[in-house]
Amino acid sequence: MGVLLEIQNLSKAFTLHNLGRHIKACQNIDLSLQSGEFVGITGKSGSGKSTILKLVWRSYLPQTGSVFYESSEFGRLDLNQASERTILHLRRYELGYVSQFLNVIPRTTARRLVEQAWMEHGGAPNQAPVEAERMLGHFDLDRELWDSYPNTFSGGEKLRLNIARTMVKRPRLLLLDEPTASLDQGSKEKVRILLDRLKQEGTTMLGIFHDLEFMQGLCDREYQMAQGALGASYGQ
Amino acid sequence: MIQQQAGALLKVRNLTKRFGDGCPQCLEGLGTGNDAEEGPLHHNYCPICGTVHALRDISLDLWPGEILGIVGESGSGKSTLMRCLYFDQEATEGEFFLDPFDGGKANVLKVSAQARRAIRHTLLGMVYQNPVMGLRMNYSAVANIAEKLIAAGSRNVGTMTARASELLDQVNIPLRRMGESPSRFSGGMQQRVQIAKALSNRPPLLLLDEITTGLDLSVQAKVLDLVRQLQADLGIGMLVVSHDLGVIRMLADRTLVMLNGRVVESGLTDQILEDPQDPYTQDLVHSLL
Repeated sequence: MGVLLEIQNLSKAFTLHNLGRHIKACQNIDLSLQSGEFVGITGKSGSGKSTILKLVWRSYLPQTGSVFYESSEFGRLDLNQASERTILHLRRYELGYVSQFLNVIPRTTARRLVEQAWMEHGGAPNQAPVEAERMLGHFDLDRELWDSYPNTFSGGEKLRLNIARTMVKRPRLLLLDEPTASLDQGSKEKVRILLDRLKQEGTTMLGIFHDLEFMQGLCDREYQMAQGALGASYGQ
Repeated sequence: MIQQQAGALLKVRNLTKRFGDGCPQCLEGLGTGNDAEEGPLHHNYCPICGTVHALRDISLDLWPGEILGIVGESGSGKSTLMRCLYFDQEATEGEFFLDPFDGGKANVLKVSAQARRAIRHTLLGMVYQNPVMGLRMNYSAVANIAEKLIAAGSRNVGTMTARASELLDQVNIPLRRMGESPSRFSGGMQQRVQIAKALSNRPPLLLLDEITTGLDLSVQAKVLDLVRQLQADLGIGMLVVSHDLGVIRMLADRTLVMLNGRVVESGLTDQILEDPQDPYTQDLVHSLL
């Protein structure tokens, strides 16, 4: 146990050159996650919750603040200051990011995508087929879909494939970007079971969700976000 | 972890290419990189002396096994950069270093012509946008690959044919067609023969210039998949030039954005696409379909 992620005074604004404007996305965020904890953030669209996740993943560059992460490879480091190379290394070996969106080379089967993820993370190529089947089965992707191309998958199926190809790398910290948005009630329930299983397995997770209801009983702590600021937590 | 400690495969420092001699106004007055300080240049062209400043102070690092994307509009200097690195064109100023050559200590722009030829044939592979640039259209596919093997010192016909078959098989060219000339192949097949040729001497660095431009979507997917597989299986470092942000998004870990011969922004590919900082990059990303 111990602190895995510690966000301090994090702020982000976007400069839109064509409009000559700055847009504030989030301000003075403080948040920390213990190892093994599941923290959820909810809030309206545009409240800045995705921004936090993307700042941790470093798709966004922050203006001020720090994101300290306890890396198994490098020790405690500030993700905001880390080199691009370090970030790529961490993404490959320690961090996972899951959404319903897939960005993959067309005409690559679901099975192959999980195999590739396994090998990218340094897994033995001869183990890849076994691992891929194990993960696809574990995360309940319909067996008929394993050898088809995922660009025609439904949102829920893409999500499960994304979880499979992220979890095959056993990340220490999993970032969940609205995994339940636009899913029907049945699919949401499946995701909930799946996340609960990940939590039982000890994965540390930071997730953003549309609805408060979904997080209840699942997350250890919940935050509400409004206008770029993080509200009080409702722990359990 | 090995990757984390290894040195850069390719280091480019202040690479500059001018077409023309330049004049005091354009050589002295070049901006420092801010748009407000473009100096006397019109885009990359000096209206006073007519010099084209195709590359201005380009610096980059490529790590072993990494794919670095280079995007920018036509005329931004992407292809000139590739050609200078492949010695098709002579850079005006600057230096570059390749780790496998002299431990990365020698500026390869300054080594002997003979050493440069050796570097070109053993350490580098190039795939041009237009297959006519990279292939002899009236020689057989096999002979095209043999040419590169001979350039690197091979002399045995048997081994060369075996290697050529292996490569063509790797890029999915049916072996029964290996004796045919690329002029009889489709654009996608020509591109794959070029890739096979570029790979023939197992170079640690591949230069790919708009390799999917002009190919239909299904063929494009095959070529992209091939590139990705080569990276995964062989750990080859690659510079991938494209004006197609979709291609860059799928292939590149990091990306440079070029405009008027300069690098205006560089970063993780998803950061460039999702949080572009430079006004030009923002325009470019907003144009993405």
